[in-house]
Amino acid sequence: MHWDWQFTAEILPRLLWATLNTLMAAGLGYAIAAVLGLVFAIAQRTPFRPLTVTVRELVEFLRSTPLVLQIFFVYYVGPEYGVSLSPWVAGMIAIGLHYAAYLSEVYRGGIESVPKGQWEACTAINLTTAQTYRRIILPQALPLSVAGMGNYLISIFKDTPMLSVIGVAELMQAATAIGGQNYRYLEPYTIVGVVFLVISLFSAASIRGFEAWIRRKLGMY
Amino acid sequence: MTYISFLSDYGGRFVDGMLVTALQFLCSLALATVLALVFGLMLLSSNAAVKGAAVVYVEFFRGTSLLVQLFWLFFVLPLFGITLEPFFTGFLAVGLNIGAYGAQLVQGAIKSVPRGQWEAAYALSMSPAKRMRRIIIPQALVIMLPAWGNLVIELLKSTALVALIAVPDLMFEAKQLNSSTYLSTWTFGTALVIYYIFARFLVTPTMRSLEHVMARRMGRS
Repeated sequence: MHWDWQFTAEILPRLLWATLNTLMAAGLGYAIAAVLGLVFAIAQRTPFRPLTVTVRELVEFLRSTPLVLQIFFVYYVGPEYGVSLSPWVAGMIAIGLHYAAYLSEVYRGGIESVPKGQWEACTAINLTTAQTYRRIILPQALPLSVAGMGNYLISIFKDTPMLSVIGVAELMQAATAIGGQNYRYLEPYTIVGVVFLVISLFSAASIRGFEAWIRRKLGMY
Repeated sequence: MTYISFLSDYGGRFVDGMLVTALQFLCSLALATVLALVFGLMLLSSNAAVKGAAVVYVEFFRGTSLLVQLFWLFFVLPLFGITLEPFFTGFLAVGLNIGAYGAQLVQGAIKSVPRGQWEAAYALSMSPAKRMRRIIIPQALVIMLPAWGNLVIELLKSTALVALIAVPDLMFEAKQLNSSTYLSTWTFGTALVIYYIFARFLVTPTMRSLEHVMARRMGRS
């Protein structure tokens, strides 16, 4: 088996185009996870026991079961109840939920590291719970959390190939389709590997830089 | 059809799948542990070539996605005349991937053993091998076990991907059952719950008790 450069040149545009879909899937999934994760984190701090226990257990469940199975579950279960989800929607829900569970732990760490006195001060000046979170706690907790959230963006990016199992047209799916059509898997899968390696190394470096900058700004060291 | 009769009809398939998943889990865990230890020590080496090889291994397997690595091993290696059994390919890919994450944990843990311990071992004129084996590694183990526990859960979840190269594990059986019965909620739901029980009531407690045992042996409980 030898590497065919002409074939490489032929399929490269299609794969790079699919890379955009992969990046979009990662970005969208991360946005959903970032919002939902905050909801999970705050839900676990309410005084209403049944809610905190349920959310706690849900987070544990999402974190300890395979994402690929969750993707199948979301995609195939909808139609049984009359809700047909497109592969994109199902995939984004599954990835968003899965990573929301991870991010909620990061937020939790951030919220817990806000000094207790801040909460007491809020009570003392009669702020409502919503005001306390929005005006006092979150502005202090979020920057702390952001410093630990970058790695999950790369993790989501590396998990997007799993979306190919339900037919989302991302990079892995494009490579498999090309391989099937031409009976050549060497070039497509190798290119996918290289694209992943380049993007993750590059984003890992920029995220490290960004997090160091945030930490310095916050005076964390 | 009720869920009970569903289970009595297809329960055996789930059990078969579980056994394969358990085997995949144990094989890839063994491989990942060995690789993590070897490459973790290599990362600490003062020899540039040794350290470089380890850095390449870690960055490569962390930087590309596990699914990409799995498909590459499965579809591309045969083109070079190396055909591996799906079962073997499965735990090889998972072990190599998780081993790279583990190597970083090992490196970090060994580095965080207090400096004085190294010096004391040196002062007692222990050989480098003996110092590592008797003094440094036992303490590093205690430091890294909590993070290692999370990694083991990640490993369990990763084994679900081997279903995509037709290893008949739990995920694979669920997929097969779904396409023959169309009972998506029950098939995927049951598989999800089994993974959850495996992680929550088998893996996590085992890791916890290991932490306790190690901490006690180091006189730190």
